[in-house]
Amino acid sequence: MAAEREPPPLGDARAADLEELEDGEDLFTSTVSTLESSPSSPEPVNLPAEDLSTNSNGPKPAEIMLDDDREDLFAEATEEVSLDSPERDPMLSPKPTPAITPVTPVTLVAPRMESKSVAAPVIFDRSREEIEEEANGDLFDIEINVSDPEKVGDGMNAYMAYRVTTKTTLSMFHKNEFSVKRRFSDFLGLHSKLATKYMHIGYIVPPAPEKSIVGMTKVKVGKEDSSSTEFVEKRRAALERYLQRTVKHPTLLQDPDLRQFLESSELPRAVNTQALSGAGILRMVNKAADAVNKMTIKMNESDAWFEEKQQQFENLDQQLRKLHASVEALVCHRKELSANTAAFAKSAAMLGNSEDHTALSRALSQLAEVEEKIDQLHQEQAFADFYVFSELLGDYIRLIAAVKGVFDHRMKCWQKWQDAQVTLQKKREAEAKLQLANKPDKLQQAKDEIKEWETKVQQGEKDFEQISKTIRKEVGRFEKERVKDFKTVIIEYLESLVQTQQQLIKYWEAFLPEAKAIA
Amino acid sequence: MTTTLTEIKHLPTLALLVCCEYLAIFKKTVAMHEVFLCRVAAHPILRKDLNFHVFLEYNQDLSVRGKNKKEKLEDFFKNMVKSADGVIVSGVKDVDDFFEHERTFLVEYHNRVKDASAKSDKMTRSHKNVADDYNRIGSSLYSLGTQDSTDICKFFLKVSELFDKTRKIEARVSADEDLKLSDLLKYYLRESQAAKDLLYRRSRSLVDYENANKALDKARAKNKDVLQAETTQQICCQKFEKISESAKQELIDFKTRRVAAFRKNLVELAELELKHAKGNLQLLQSCLAVLNGDT
Repeated sequence: MAAEREPPPLGDARAADLEELEDGEDLFTSTVSTLESSPSSPEPVNLPAEDLSTNSNGPKPAEIMLDDDREDLFAEATEEVSLDSPERDPMLSPKPTPAITPVTPVTLVAPRMESKSVAAPVIFDRSREEIEEEANGDLFDIEINVSDPEKVGDGMNAYMAYRVTTKTTLSMFHKNEFSVKRRFSDFLGLHSKLATKYMHIGYIVPPAPEKSIVGMTKVKVGKEDSSSTEFVEKRRAALERYLQRTVKHPTLLQDPDLRQFLESSELPRAVNTQALSGAGILRMVNKAADAVNKMTIKMNESDAWFEEKQQQFENLDQQLRKLHASVEALVCHRKELSANTAAFAKSAAMLGNSEDHTALSRALSQLAEVEEKIDQLHQEQAFADFYVFSELLGDYIRLIAAVKGVFDHRMKCWQKWQDAQVTLQKKREAEAKLQLANKPDKLQQAKDEIKEWETKVQQGEKDFEQISKTIRKEVGRFEKERVKDFKTVIIEYLESLVQTQQQLIKYWEAFLPEAKAIA
Repeated sequence: MTTTLTEIKHLPTLALLVCCEYLAIFKKTVAMHEVFLCRVAAHPILRKDLNFHVFLEYNQDLSVRGKNKKEKLEDFFKNMVKSADGVIVSGVKDVDDFFEHERTFLVEYHNRVKDASAKSDKMTRSHKNVADDYNRIGSSLYSLGTQDSTDICKFFLKVSELFDKTRKIEARVSADEDLKLSDLLKYYLRESQAAKDLLYRRSRSLVDYENANKALDKARAKNKDVLQAETTQQICCQKFEKISESAKQELIDFKTRRVAAFRKNLVELAELELKHAKGNLQLLQSCLAVLNGDT
């Protein structure tokens, strides 16, 4: 069902937006110092290729060639950035052992439809291409990395600053590649702004990672142990996934707040995101009020699609939670297995030492070594269990909450429309009464009010239809993304399992002759 | 409602699980019994024991009586005395280098085997927990697959199937590790304890022999009950020499058997681990081929 989504009218809106943007873009480019139009510059192409291949299963060379084309078109709009700069490397977040890499659902370069012989860059054409990319399934040329967590300050006022690096060829940004430092509350602030602007008109805004007072306090206090490093890494990965999901959304990508978040070096501090602030408490009160309202709104659903979808999401939510719990148990047990294997390895080594038969003693030491290596393997697998599988499930559980939120907004919108209709009816009745009572001055006021409420009813209906339309589109997009995400991630997870088995085979194959050599 | 339906569909798997567990435990017990009987049969003296013959040949039910309370209490006290005595006796330094070395070796070895056995147990139990988790994940994926409205349902069902199959392999890995490693170590824990007990008995008889010597000297000095003292001393001497001779042989055999058993089990362990890892790998790779082909 989701597959039959027609290229959304979003495209039209986008064209308009982009056209405006392009005008603005020209303004900017004139202020930029170097305006060298570099014909097919191979350098920029290399950069995304290398990084993409280390971050994920990178794009094939063919796609990179197409990137070249794009460079031509944007050449005059973009400043030539020195992409051989050494700062490139630190931007790649320190990933763990090559065997298993955490997932970064990177948006890859879209395979282009047009031939390479596209002529002189026309503003209109450029926007067309970008829309076409979008129609091909939200494949944008923008890549976000969150890396280098750094502790800033001391004691309870300390915080972690993360480097957010953007690589893009989209013309709406000033540069092709840039990075900024952001702290966790900045991310929350961004989400808060986007949610306020878009959720009530039906857009599914990806939720930000959750706050954790316990985790953060440990970091602030300065505990340099493995659990706080793990916490920071978990958060870094979550922030990265959050941004990647957000920029994948065609409407959100256009948002100036998002652009400011990615680009500006200075960002006003989002104090309203603090849990115990005035705004925080207000949020909690509103949430409670919403919950009560939800229970009291009885909407007669004229569109079966919405009812069906809500039920489906409810089911999906339950299933995902169950699966998530099982995977979390797996992570826990795998870590236990790793610890127990390590303990056994040490014990076997001791046993080997006290064994007085030389060959057996040696074999036992070898066994200890094998088990130690296997312990490492288990640790890496647990890492994959968590970062690849478990976190995806957690993300989707939160995303579905956002989807449910959007459905709730639609209900509220309906309620507002209904209320307007009721008020209009009352006003009409009041007017009728006044007609009979023959009070001309009040009558005019009544007629004005009727007009006012007629407009409101019309607006209410329009809003409701709009939000319904948007939600349909959003859900279609969401389902497509979900399918893609799950397939990619699960395949990646299975590949991690493959790696583990291959390593196990290697280790035991090496041990077998040692065991046979006991004479 | 649909949840219970899927749970019912998974009942055969539950029954299968229980079967697999039972089989694993059965295999274990049978293996232990076999090792025990082979040991007795291989022993030059024990193999001639009448009880052993009856056990092997009598084709009707052996009505074996378990130890009653009195006998259990006797055992308990015997053990107490033995350990107390063992402490005293172990203080006696042995003239014979062989036995001295053996004692030092056995004490340390026994402790380390005990530790290794406990750690191996924990490790195999963890492995089993992981296998159980795979089972739960498999059934969750199955539910997801049967309820999803998009084209990912086929995908989920395939992965659910994979988890079911890989879980079986993981459970077998755990069972085999238990059989080949944990049980081996447990066995040698008890064997080394038995060897220690043997050394204790020898030390005991050595102490008795030395005491008998002292008594003889005293008797000769006092010229009283010399003949009796001589006889006692003779008996103690014989006993001591006999036990020393058989103990020496037993301990040498112990080493030979130990090396052979470890070799056999470690080789079999490695072979089984390899077999299972290869099986797992093939499962995963064929599943991935199907999934990648579909997408």
